[in-house]
Amino acid sequence: MGGYPAEMQESIRHVEATRMHRMDETYPRMPIEERQRLLDDFHPDYIDERMRAIRVGVSKGQRMPLELADVIEGRPHIGPDFNLSEPRAETDVLIIGGGGAGASAALVAQESGARVILTTKLRFGDANTMMAQGGIQAADRPNDSPAIHYLDVIGGGHFTNDPDLVEALVRDAPLVIDWLERLGMMFDKEPDGTMVERHGGGTSRMRMHSARDYTGAEIMRTLRDEVHNREDQIRVVEFSPAVELVLDDHGHVSGAIVMNLELKAYFYIPAKAVVMATGGGGRLHFQGFPTTNHYGATADGVVMAYRTGAELGYLESMQYHPTGAAFPEQILGQLVTEKTRGLGAQPVNRAGDQFVYPLEPRDVEAAAFIRECQGRGNGIVTPTGQPGVWLDSPMIEMIHGPGTIAENLPAMVRQFSRFGIDMTKEPLLVYPTLHYQNGGVRLEADGSTRVPGLFIAGEVSGGVHGHNRLMGNSLLEVTVYGRRAGRSAAHYAQDAKLGQPSLAHVARWNEELNDVGVDTGVTSPILLPDYTRVT
Amino acid sequence: MEDQQQDLIPVHIMGKRYMVPPTLTIVKAMEYAGYQLIRGVGCRGGFCGACGTAYRVKGDPKLYFGLACQTVVEPNMYLAQIPFFPAQRATYDIAQMEATPATFFSTYPELLRCLGCGACTKACPQDLDVRAYMAAGMKGDIAEMADLSFDCIMCGLCAARCPAEEAQYNVAILARRLYGRYLAPRSPHLAQRVEEIEGGQFNTRLEQLKELGRDELVQRYEARDVEPEERG
Ligand SMILES: Cc1cc2nc3c(=O)[nH]c(=O)nc-3n(C[C@H](O)[C@H](O)[C@H](O)COP(=O)(O)OP(=O)(O)OC[C@H]3O[C@@H](n4cnc5c(N)ncnc54)[C@H](O)[C@@H]3O)c2cc1C
Ligand code: SF4
Ligand code: SF4
Repeated sequence: MGGYPAEMQESIRHVEATRMHRMDETYPRMPIEERQRLLDDFHPDYIDERMRAIRVGVSKGQRMPLELADVIEGRPHIGPDFNLSEPRAETDVLIIGGGGAGASAALVAQESGARVILTTKLRFGDANTMMAQGGIQAADRPNDSPAIHYLDVIGGGHFTNDPDLVEALVRDAPLVIDWLERLGMMFDKEPDGTMVERHGGGTSRMRMHSARDYTGAEIMRTLRDEVHNREDQIRVVEFSPAVELVLDDHGHVSGAIVMNLELKAYFYIPAKAVVMATGGGGRLHFQGFPTTNHYGATADGVVMAYRTGAELGYLESMQYHPTGAAFPEQILGQLVTEKTRGLGAQPVNRAGDQFVYPLEPRDVEAAAFIRECQGRGNGIVTPTGQPGVWLDSPMIEMIHGPGTIAENLPAMVRQFSRFGIDMTKEPLLVYPTLHYQNGGVRLEADGSTRVPGLFIAGEVSGGVHGHNRLMGNSLLEVTVYGRRAGRSAAHYAQDAKLGQPSLAHVARWNEELNDVGVDTGVTSPILLPDYTRVT
Repeated sequence: MEDQQQDLIPVHIMGKRYMVPPTLTIVKAMEYAGYQLIRGVGCRGGFCGACGTAYRVKGDPKLYFGLACQTVVEPNMYLAQIPFFPAQRATYDIAQMEATPATFFSTYPELLRCLGCGACTKACPQDLDVRAYMAAGMKGDIAEMADLSFDCIMCGLCAARCPAEEAQYNVAILARRLYGRYLAPRSPHLAQRVEEIEGGQFNTRLEQLKELGRDELVQRYEARDVEPEERG
């Protein structure tokens, strides 16, 4: 079934006609000045009408997409009079979020001597980490070094990254790969054990480690399996999202209010330290974009942490991944991994011509795709009106030999063949999709925040990647900072004494909203997007 | 999309009939019908294994399997989201094991009960040959089981169908972890780099980079040499 309709087939013939010639054609990288002009004109972050400043809290004035601002300025689920005197369980370290960052934090917190509860929204592992395909960066080859990695990260982030955070990221990177391998993760390797490593957008050395195109899944299921092995010391609570943090009378974090998603009942879990690891917010569909993110990616952690006084940063920049599926409609917005370009597939326009270097940093690449379609009218339009450009996947096997795609991109092949498209023979239609939250809660290199007892790890945080994350650096971030936050939280919990738990900050939050006259009509965190038609 | 006049088709969700557009996936069809899903939905991209589903089509005796987020509806489908299927899982300490068939059989003795019936293979939405990876397991071939099961998303459909009450995907992840930790050849360059980092070798260079102002950083960034892509 399926396949491309006739109008699109016609354009595919142009792509085929230019393919041989493009095999030896390298499109030049874009000079820095041109990059900025392109971003100003075509990147969604630069569309002023779709952004605004938040009006309350310690980071007031910070600019972000309208949809996110509305959620951050939302009203809490529970009132300050919620009964905190009948807690359900109690622990040293409470981890909120069962993705890669939460699982890493749980393991290391436990190893550091803490009793741990990990509470998560849906099933443990229903997370962006599970969906990551392309790879994880680490400078471990002889011609590479953490210093070179540092330059790539900071240049990719437009030189706005927090230097301490980048340093920890690149220095811990090889250690994390080693840790994952000892936990039994299967990396792609040569027969002699050498890691198979490739380029990603914005890398100057080949340092992208992979596990076929299930890299995130392999990390996630390995970490999850290990957490389950320690069930005596790490308790996992599923279908129970946190909705509010609890502070004590000294303003120290002392646990969270969690909701049983099915019974809609709220309960309090006291904890001496909390690691917030709730991931990103793609399901808020900023500027109406489709997203690659999992169902529960609704920016909850940013909302909860902000109400306790944690600082936010970098939320004015979201990552739109250049290659979201634009056809077929059923998988609109789902990811075509960057590894496809890493392996040699070129983006080309309706006429079969290249128009951008295939591996620019993501924001530049995405803006170039949008310009090619909206600005120059050189895109392809699907029967439902969705624009896109071609990603010439058949080139991969011309470069690396037959079988390369099945070997390296099995998930991708499966995804498209379900809809009658054979990516070894036909190109894929792609268009930018909402992918990653570059910003979030500010943190120190040890995972701590300005709120005592609150630690942060993973996509919910802001500062590591500056204004643009490179592929492969966020699987790295979740493991590096998951481990750091887990360790710091366990150490903090050793000496922490719980005071009188209180929701006074929730009362203050409501007052502040009232004082400024803000009412976005949203109860947040929103937990799940509502896709039902009857609304 | 909305303005396109589509003919709706009937599907049966938990026994109730609804009319939905024929282009939707099962997950989206249920939402279209008004369900706010909590169970049987996860990443919506075919990776997390939360939405493994079994369905029938009216007049067809066959039972079909798929991922609800990746399967398009057909007229007269009978749909229900099955929650995660309970399965036996051993608890073990990967650091204290040996990658031998003996470890394997003592951790999951029920592995040897597999009948080779292939019901699991028919159910797998990833099109894995589950029976074959179980057969590799029974031979004690950890490497082969790890390789054949690699694309498993742990959806549990195989376990739901197995007459021998196996938990195939749990055995398979043990195989992969044993392979990754013990059998895969070690990477010499990684070991070397770990040692260098632990010895503090890059600390000074990183400190220096952190001190650089923006202009200097931009200059160094622009001047980076980019390793050529290997071809062929
Ligand atoms: C399709 C896709 C492909 C990607 N590919 C790559 C790649 O190749 N390389 C790379 O480096 N990065 C990649 N990324 C990015 C990377 O996967 C993520 O940034 C990273 O995994 C985030 O990990 P995390 O642990 O912070 O969040 P997640 O893995 O998303 O985990 C967060 C968890 O918290 C839970 N949660 C949310 N709110 C609450 C709440 N209120 N209470 C309790 N729990 C909650 C969620 O349900 C989820 O389980 C990709 C992302 C996507 C979506
Ligand atoms: S369904 Fe069970 S018994 Fe049959 S082949 Fe699969 S694992 Fe063996
Ligand atoms: S092997 Fe079993 S658990 Fe794994 S994907 Fe196939 S059916 Fe699902």
